[in-house]
Amino acid sequence: MENRGMKNPITGLNKIFDNRIRLGVMSVLMVNDEISFNDLKQLLEVTDGNLATHLVTLEGNGFIKVHKGFIGRKTNTTYSITKAGEKSFTDHVAALENMIRGMK
Amino acid sequence: MDVQNQPSGSLQDIKDIRRIMERSSRFLSLSGLSGVAAGVCAIAGAVVGNSMLKGYYGTYDSQGFFSGDDFSKLKIKLLGVAAIVFAVAFISSYYFTWRKAKKQGVPMWDHTSRRLAWNMMVPLITGAAFILCMLRYDVWMFVAPASLVFYGLALVNASKYTLSDIRYLGYCEILLGLLNMLFIGYGLWFWAIGFGALHIIYGVLMWHKYER
Repeated sequence: MENRGMKNPITGLNKIFDNRIRLGVMSVLMVNDEISFNDLKQLLEVTDGNLATHLVTLEGNGFIKVHKGFIGRKTNTTYSITKAGEKSFTDHVAALENMIRGMK
Repeated sequence: MDVQNQPSGSLQDIKDIRRIMERSSRFLSLSGLSGVAAGVCAIAGAVVGNSMLKGYYGTYDSQGFFSGDDFSKLKIKLLGVAAIVFAVAFISSYYFTWRKAKKQGVPMWDHTSRRLAWNMMVPLITGAAFILCMLRYDVWMFVAPASLVFYGLALVNASKYTLSDIRYLGYCEILLGLLNMLFIGYGLWFWAIGFGALHIIYGVLMWHKYER
């Protein structure tokens, strides 16, 4: 137990996911193939501007993909997770779990 | 150790991740009371249907002859009852789920409920079309078993998109439908059990588990 606690538990933790909204976006995208901006906004209970900023950060890091489409005349922007995003997020969750286990 | 990396923070993060994953992939506002309401409607419908059948066979026995006119009237009346039962059951179960969603502060119509509705509709509409085609050939005896089986399949399919417990209700409906195939002629009884009793039992259990 002591040993496991000492083994650098921070490996895999990702600074990008330190933010509640970015963590939320990634959690949603892990279990949904794709989701629209409005559905994300509704799920995470955040404002347009706030959500947009964090989505840009995630996209800039190559963790999510943006698809711009149309439903009729209305723009419909949807988001999905990338392979890299999936990997980083899984590592992040594993590191969190390790920390909880290591600290008991 | 960094302040932000303390285990209590990690635990909170993991809890948030789980909650959001669950909340974003399943429609969790389905109320047990909706099941009870649908079940009560079904049983009321079965009672009315049964008395119509009794009335029909009563005249048939006393008059001692078969009247095609009476029979087609009976068919129309039974279909009418079925349609009314379906409408009332749908509206009342919608109401209880709408109330639960409101209480939880989540929208009734979001991407989880849309997905649930779609995945439920595919087997249901297939079943409805299948049964209507059977009726075109005047095959009445498989209506009850077929509706139970298709409804059960719809529930099993839907269980991936809502409270997963509903899959067990689905299994029971399928089994009951298949059992009904061995006891053709008791369709109304199987209907009352499948759409009535099972819904009420399931609804009470779910209400007890999640809403009390």
